[in-house]
Amino acid sequence: MASLNEHIVSSYEDELTNLNKAISEMGGMVEQAITESAVALLKLDHKQAQDVRLFDKKIDDMQQRINDAAVSIIARRQPMAADLRMVVTSIQVANDLERTGDMAKQLAKRAMQIESLGLAPKFYNGVKHMKELVARQLKSAIDAYLSRDAAAAVEVCSRDDEVDAMYNSLFRELLTYMMEDPRNITQCTHLLFCTKSLERVGDHATNIAEAAYYLETGRHLGAEEQQRQPR
Amino acid sequence: MSLESAATTAAPVARPNAPPKMQGDKVGVFYGEKQALFDVDLKIEQFNVTSLIGPSGCGKSTFLRSLNRMNDTIDGCRVVGKITLDKDDIYDPSIDVVELRARVGMVFQKPNPFPKSIYENVAYGPKIHGIARNKADLDEIVHSSLRRAGLWNEVKDRLNEPGTGLSGGQQQRLCIARAIATKPEVLLMDEPCSALDPIATAVIEELIDELRENFTIVIVTHSMQQAARVSQKTAFFHLGKLIEEGKTEDIFTNPRNKQTQDYITGRIG
Amino acid sequence: MTDAALPHAAVDTAAPAKRDFGLKRRHAAEFRFRLYGIVAIVIGLGFLAILLVSIVSKGYTAFVQTSITVPVEFSASIIDKDNERATNPRVLVSANYPIVARNAVAKALGVSIDDKAAMRDIAKFVSDGSRSTLREIVLADPSVIGTTRNVTLLAAADIDSANKGQIDLTVPQDKRKVSDQQVAWLDQLKQQGAISTPFNWGLLTFGASSRPETAGLGVALVGSLYMMAIVLLCALPIGVAASIYLEEFAKKNRFTDFIEVNINNLAAVPSIVYGLLGLAVFINFFGMPRSAPIVGGLVLTLMTLPTIIIATRAALRAVPPSIRSAALGIGASRMQMVFDHVLPLATPGILTGTIIGLARALGETAPLLLIGMVAFVADRPTSPLDPATALPVQIYMWANEAERAFVERTQGAVLVLLIFLALMNIAAILLRRRFERRW
Repeated sequence: MASLNEHIVSSYEDELTNLNKAISEMGGMVEQAITESAVALLKLDHKQAQDVRLFDKKIDDMQQRINDAAVSIIARRQPMAADLRMVVTSIQVANDLERTGDMAKQLAKRAMQIESLGLAPKFYNGVKHMKELVARQLKSAIDAYLSRDAAAAVEVCSRDDEVDAMYNSLFRELLTYMMEDPRNITQCTHLLFCTKSLERVGDHATNIAEAAYYLETGRHLGAEEQQRQPR
Repeated sequence: MSLESAATTAAPVARPNAPPKMQGDKVGVFYGEKQALFDVDLKIEQFNVTSLIGPSGCGKSTFLRSLNRMNDTIDGCRVVGKITLDKDDIYDPSIDVVELRARVGMVFQKPNPFPKSIYENVAYGPKIHGIARNKADLDEIVHSSLRRAGLWNEVKDRLNEPGTGLSGGQQQRLCIARAIATKPEVLLMDEPCSALDPIATAVIEELIDELRENFTIVIVTHSMQQAARVSQKTAFFHLGKLIEEGKTEDIFTNPRNKQTQDYITGRIG
Repeated sequence: MTDAALPHAAVDTAAPAKRDFGLKRRHAAEFRFRLYGIVAIVIGLGFLAILLVSIVSKGYTAFVQTSITVPVEFSASIIDKDNERATNPRVLVSANYPIVARNAVAKALGVSIDDKAAMRDIAKFVSDGSRSTLREIVLADPSVIGTTRNVTLLAAADIDSANKGQIDLTVPQDKRKVSDQQVAWLDQLKQQGAISTPFNWGLLTFGASSRPETAGLGVALVGSLYMMAIVLLCALPIGVAASIYLEEFAKKNRFTDFIEVNINNLAAVPSIVYGLLGLAVFINFFGMPRSAPIVGGLVLTLMTLPTIIIATRAALRAVPPSIRSAALGIGASRMQMVFDHVLPLATPGILTGTIIGLARALGETAPLLLIGMVAFVADRPTSPLDPATALPVQIYMWANEAERAFVERTQGAVLVLLIFLALMNIAAILLRRRFERRW
């Protein structure tokens, strides 16, 4: 006899649980990819970079599997209300995670490209901070989604300004380095692109947080709600 | 084409502030000593389809039947509270139940055409209510009712054949034609598609959508997907109580009440 | 990954152990049951066959009547010797026709009119009913007086029996109904070709008579017909109306349950009780004429009413409630629902019940005996108020007579009754088939 919060049809319940688990797994994979690609970039580790690039294929597969599972559930089970929102947002979240994975791959590619040039600490410190902030955002967003924590989701969204601010300051900093010494231009340009990628990851994290909010409350996170939360 | 129209095929046609066509206030129904319906407050909006959903035995059919006083035919059935049609209390002793049923028509779960000819089936209502003045009028009413019910082309050559000789879906459309022949204002449908195959069901759902322009429709259905497809407003009943009611999209994407959520996602029976 | 041939698990190649579904036992039980059924049918049909054969074998001869066709001289000297027919038509009515008949037969046999003994025997040869036969001829056409015509006269009952071989001729003459002389005359006439056995229409048209050859079911048939008509006209509307009220309009409470129980009981009350009721109420209290079909009809109405009510109720209940809901849902009043929809669908059942009730009433004897329909009525009644009898009562009366010819007529009447009942039941089946509609 099904308990009150489980589906009467246990196979349906299992499908929904598995979908959730897949998102969780994919989230973990993507977090790992970001971390490793940052390491590859900052340490200019060629092998690490290779691994990240290969790993991306698995992330893409994961997205397709989640997509297929979601479509299958919609076709066969006609989910309603929260189940429907969960299935639809899982497609969105998988998409965002896949794009994040692509960003990680970008970082790895850039790492391989500036390998020969070397990277001075003063350049990559900023990027390191950016990466840490963005990685925290990503983790918070994914956790908010999996645990359906609307408050946490709102916090992630409001933090996006921080990410933007850090991106802007890093941008100016790298410009300064480039203007100081033309020999820095190559690395800094690459680092600019890396920073951009990280900023994009932050946007994706925000998307995931918005999906989490929608999943839990059934409403869209409006601009006012974002402002209302304290930083 | 905007996305909105897709999401709101089911937009209310009536003016937003129009008074409800029918309204139930603290409606209760007793079968002998046993109470089947408790304190139901529900507004039925004009020119809208309102669907009543809920598990078996939750009282939705009982409520539907009390809207045209069909419960009167059941021995020992008692209705308390107030149900109004255009602000008139339908249980007032001065109301003639025969006239009420001409204004509030009903279509039943199992198609039940009279064992007469197709023409006679549709013509019976107008005849007994004196709606048709002469044979030409009657022919016109039969023609338009059958056309409205989407059955005219299929039966125009055999109006004198027995109504029981049609297929299940056609019989149900005949019953719908028969019900709308008396030019009712409200049409009550008690699980009209439960005995039909998916194609016949789709035909009738399309029909309901067209009829919506001229009639107020209340439909009881076991299929939540059907309620989601055809109605603009949904009311969820459980164990004789009205648990939640609201716009159909809201009920099915984001219900307020946990019981509603559990029912429509299939977590309780 | 290719579909490599997976090593099979050791397949159990032996066939699975045969499960016992108890087939043998079940088939045997079914066979036995069928056998019992067939035996039961055979026994039932056997008894039916024995009954029919015994009735038919004894009764079929009642449908033919020995007749003598002889030239009859309508002698004016006997019929109207004073030639008064123009002024006094009564003379034609009261003329001595038996003599005319006797003379005709004597002439055909070659017996002298003056042989008084022989003439007496000849008188017993021809039926007394020949008087009215000849009278009808003369009254219809007085010009026949003075001419000689061939007329078919009925033979007397005993001669009729002798002709049909029902009299045992080995018994000595004084112990028989017919004398040797009469037998000889019979043979003589047969050789002349004057004896014929046409169909006995008289069985169905004559009234009561002490002479078997002129006795018939005419009065009984008319009486039964009147009574059936009264039952139909009274019991059907009352029964159907009562049933409709009880089934469709009355509230279901203890009182209506009580009524239903009582109606079922009334259907089982012995018919003789209704006879007593009829005697006490209709004849003694209301002073209606005894032996009249109207009283019999009313008594049978009371008896048939419960049957019709029960049959109608069953027919009404068989109409599916969905039809009623549909009619009410469209705004029909209760009356309209019942009369436009339920009643037409219940009609086959009602008709069947009515005809079965009528058939039962047709065969009832006991109540009619009590209200006096055992009278000896010779003339056909012209209205339900005239005395009459009924078919089963007539059978009862004839069964009490000793004469041989009455025995055969009793069986013949039984056959007529059975044929009528069969016809009514066939009519019931045909009507039901015709009106049956599927819903």
